[in-house]
Amino acid sequence: MPRLVSHPDEVKIVSRRFGKGAARIDRYLELGGYAAAKKCLAQGPEWIISEVKASNLRGRGGAGFPTGLKWSFVPKTSAKPKYVLVNGDESEPGTCKDHLIFQHDPHAVIEGAIIAGLAIGAKLGFIYMRGEYRGLLEIMEKAVAEAYAKGFLGKNIFGTDTEFQIITHSGAGAYEVGEESALMESLEGKRGVPRIKPPFPAVVGIYGGPTVINNAETIATVPHVIAMGGAAYAAAGSARNGGTRLFTVSGHVERPGVYELPMGYNLKKIIYEVAGGVRGGRALKAVVPGGCSTPVLLPEEIDIGMDFDQVGKAGSMLGSAAVIVIDDQTCMVEFALRTISFYQHESCGWCIPCREGTDWLKKTLTRFHAGFGTAKDIDNMQYIAENMMGRTFCPLGDAAAMPTLAFIKKFRAEFEEHLDGKACPFAKHAKLVVV
Amino acid sequence: MSDESLSIFSPHLAARFDALAARYPVRRSALVPMLLYAQDEIGYLSDAVINEVAARIGISELEVRNVASYYSMLRFKPVGRYHIQVCSSISCMLRGADELYRSFQKELAIGPEGVTADGLFSLEKVECLGECAWAPAIEVNYDFQEELRPEHVPGILASYRGMAGGPGDGTSSLGRKSDTGKKTPHA
Repeated sequence: MPRLVSHPDEVKIVSRRFGKGAARIDRYLELGGYAAAKKCLAQGPEWIISEVKASNLRGRGGAGFPTGLKWSFVPKTSAKPKYVLVNGDESEPGTCKDHLIFQHDPHAVIEGAIIAGLAIGAKLGFIYMRGEYRGLLEIMEKAVAEAYAKGFLGKNIFGTDTEFQIITHSGAGAYEVGEESALMESLEGKRGVPRIKPPFPAVVGIYGGPTVINNAETIATVPHVIAMGGAAYAAAGSARNGGTRLFTVSGHVERPGVYELPMGYNLKKIIYEVAGGVRGGRALKAVVPGGCSTPVLLPEEIDIGMDFDQVGKAGSMLGSAAVIVIDDQTCMVEFALRTISFYQHESCGWCIPCREGTDWLKKTLTRFHAGFGTAKDIDNMQYIAENMMGRTFCPLGDAAAMPTLAFIKKFRAEFEEHLDGKACPFAKHAKLVVV
Repeated sequence: MSDESLSIFSPHLAARFDALAARYPVRRSALVPMLLYAQDEIGYLSDAVINEVAARIGISELEVRNVASYYSMLRFKPVGRYHIQVCSSISCMLRGADELYRSFQKELAIGPEGVTADGLFSLEKVECLGECAWAPAIEVNYDFQEELRPEHVPGILASYRGMAGGPGDGTSSLGRKSDTGKKTPHA
């Protein structure tokens, strides 16, 4: 069972029910659950959207799009049914926050989906969870059944004449499906290949109906936004970045874990104070600040606030808030190879720059790391990555190219150390790895 | 399906399918989860499974194969009764996933994607399992195990051998009869 961690600097909003047995509906109700949904039923859609807009809540999947604004794009009237789709296909390497939400607080996801449904006028919501999370899907299915039994879901939710139903759905292994249009394709029983946009899901989504798609953490945050009030939630964060974020801290730190910290919390403090510093007192070499796809930062670049705008200004992205810490014993060529191998494996193959680019990058890096690289390879990899950027229908191509460009730019000397048939300078450390 | 006698689904699986297909506004939405649930029971997507799912959804067999080949968890050949998936993505890599994988290989004496001779275990290196803060992690069928070290490997294997009632009781999906096989513990 995944270990829960704690630190005094944490502001527990989304994680406040973790470890408190709230997967059971009675306990969830004791802890204030479903009060926000009832309040929203009484207040109506315009009030809900204005509160969510005021909260400065931005999409937790990684793009950081303002949630209230996204909801407001859904047309008020529609000939086709409208839908809510919760994205629980959590697969960005470094990220395991939704894992804990599903395990400890599944009713928050259900309640958030009800509120999203009320806001846009949808009668049906889907909770899509990655196939590997079968145990968590079972927890969610049990929670949904409890909510139906209490009359919180169904034809007449909370005794009103409003309808809202939820269907839980299992994926079967695909990172690409985390992209919203690919997610809809997958839900419709097809290959998870992205759709061309526009039209955007808010206008033409699942089965052609207007659809709001939100990350599971975003949805689980919504009931707290309603309970606290949008302005109070916004005040917990930094400018234009409302509230808190579940930061997954992994890699070479003393205390890896998922920590809930205010938006704008300092990255250096996350590593050295919250997570206890670099493991074994070693030196820090690099930090990937927001999941596998975000450009790497050097130790001198990490004195920044962790919100969408400040990390953007530092040349990277907050992404899924997955902080991956790398110590000085790590070979960055190998790290780059492992990063690219992931994208090569996950590319759906539709767009040629992504399909061919990730493949060539993987092949080149594999040869390079084995000691058979040439100086020209380094420029070639940069050229390939530059030509993937912005040339694919979905962001997977960019997600592979961006970190590659950063690795080459910031660790060029380390790439050069692998040249001329020299063995990896870090290979000697391989035997010393102690977990 | 009109001719139930042709079904290779157990009554339990058939009922699950009917319930699943009826839930969605469009029946085809049940396809991906259904393939996974059928695989859980039968072990892999055999030709018979694909034909039956195609007939039950009402699409062609080719269309089912086209979709199934996209998803990494869906497989077209049998695996061991306990399918050990070792995460190899960056967070696990940084905390010793390679050493862990090598330890499984050594203990099981099988190569990448190999199956042990008794059909009890198979081994696969997989991409991110969503366990990054508790690395390195594995998933055995649907059971996660976290914060592992190479020295944990013999104990992990012994516990599954114990669950299976000693080595090689022949219940892997390799030899499993499609309609009578024991369920995997986490299916």
